[in-house]
Amino acid sequence: MSNDEILTEFARLVQEITGINAAQVTADKSFTNDLDVDSLSMVEVATAAEDRFGIAIPDDALKNLKTVGDAVDFIAKAGVAA
Amino acid sequence: MKVRDVVITGLGATTPLGGTIADTWQAVLHGQSAARVLDEPWAADLPVRIAATAAVNPVTVLDPGTARNLDRGQQLALVAADEAWRDAGRPEAEPERIAVVVSTGIGGIGTLLDQADILRTRGARRVSPFTVPRIMPNGPAASVALALGARAGVHAPVSACASGAEAIALGLDLIRAGRADVVVCGGTEAAVAPLPLAAFAAMRALSTRHDAPAAASRPFDKQRDGFVLGEGAAVVVLESADHAAARRQPAHARLAGAGLSNDAHHVAAPDPTGASAARAITAALRDADLGADDVRHVNAHATSTPAGDVAEALALRTGLGAAADSIAVTATKSCTGHLLGAAGALEAAFTVLAMRDGVVPAIRNLDDPDDDVALDLVRVDARSMSIPAALSNSFGFGGHNVALAFAEAR
Repeated sequence: MSNDEILTEFARLVQEITGINAAQVTADKSFTNDLDVDSLSMVEVATAAEDRFGIAIPDDALKNLKTVGDAVDFIAKAGVAA
Repeated sequence: MKVRDVVITGLGATTPLGGTIADTWQAVLHGQSAARVLDEPWAADLPVRIAATAAVNPVTVLDPGTARNLDRGQQLALVAADEAWRDAGRPEAEPERIAVVVSTGIGGIGTLLDQADILRTRGARRVSPFTVPRIMPNGPAASVALALGARAGVHAPVSACASGAEAIALGLDLIRAGRADVVVCGGTEAAVAPLPLAAFAAMRALSTRHDAPAAASRPFDKQRDGFVLGEGAAVVVLESADHAAARRQPAHARLAGAGLSNDAHHVAAPDPTGASAARAITAALRDADLGADDVRHVNAHATSTPAGDVAEALALRTGLGAAADSIAVTATKSCTGHLLGAAGALEAAFTVLAMRDGVVPAIRNLDDPDDDVALDLVRVDARSMSIPAALSNSFGFGGHNVALAFAEAR
């Protein structure tokens, strides 16, 4: 899965959970400052991403995912199977 | 020091009979029932499958971003609060002078049950991070405060089926004590779910009239066999009379007084003498500076249980004396079902509307009044009459008794 494909899929998850239009979920956006995703919603996003991409996002790592791009990079490095 | 007059400037509700207080009130005046037999698969094995579910799903009314992370009880409360706030003309007050008192009888039990299922089937890491704010009993009050930007005290007094009335009584205190100028008060409940139905059925508190659900809730009738579980929310906006006058907002009525007491008799069964409930009634009259002769109408708590309705009838006799002969009593749970923590607020709204419109709705299904009930029960047809003052009773498991006294604004 390419980073672009991960972004598309990740943006879809964010829309599902937060209602934010997927088109707005771009790599440069900050979750808290730009997208208004609070810390509780962020936990939901992370859990959904774990399920969708078959990865684990430890709490320590989650703290460092400030932007959508951070999340996409993390998912890519965590080794996405499909 | 002169006690501040408190008036009601806004009403709102979303109930089994309608998505607004106006629709609900019209349905009650027409004697409609919202009770139905639940045909949802989750209800199939329950001993009681009768309930009155909300007429309008709150998710279809609220902004999706707002609704998403809330329990259904919080959603219903927001819908009712929004209507009440608009009805009150969106009072302009300092946020620090706006309080919220919104109660629930049970709390976010739908969320609790859903998340317990997730914990069991998918594990702890899949439990929603929104579980706690959804299930906490102060969740609806907090949601309303957030929506309105209310920054005075925010409270959720919990007293089972008296919660909604107790919320209004506390709102009255807050304004009289000078802690707020505007208080958004009410109750909400969304407990039509397997566990509450099974639990109330285990107490033998629910009607089992599955062949005729619309006839199941029949307060004061000889054939009554329990209540019908309902869901919804009702909210009233209380305001100091001076504050309402300063912004030229007309009042629906005056909240003249409140009386509270406890049976200390049994955790669920009412004191059969109604003695403590009568004390709540007389305390409300005294607080309101009204005599029993001033009262023309009572919206009874009357849930349609065999013990409760008779105890309340005795309490009204004891509390009002001979004046009870000429006081028009209605029991609107015959139409709405029993909205638990929302019931007291909804019936307070009905009482205010009865005064405004000069009409007392008839008790639905009251075919054959109980011989032990010596009251002027309004049956068959709504009764047109002038109502300068009225009472609304609410009682709750735990022995809680709340009576609210309303009078014309002056």
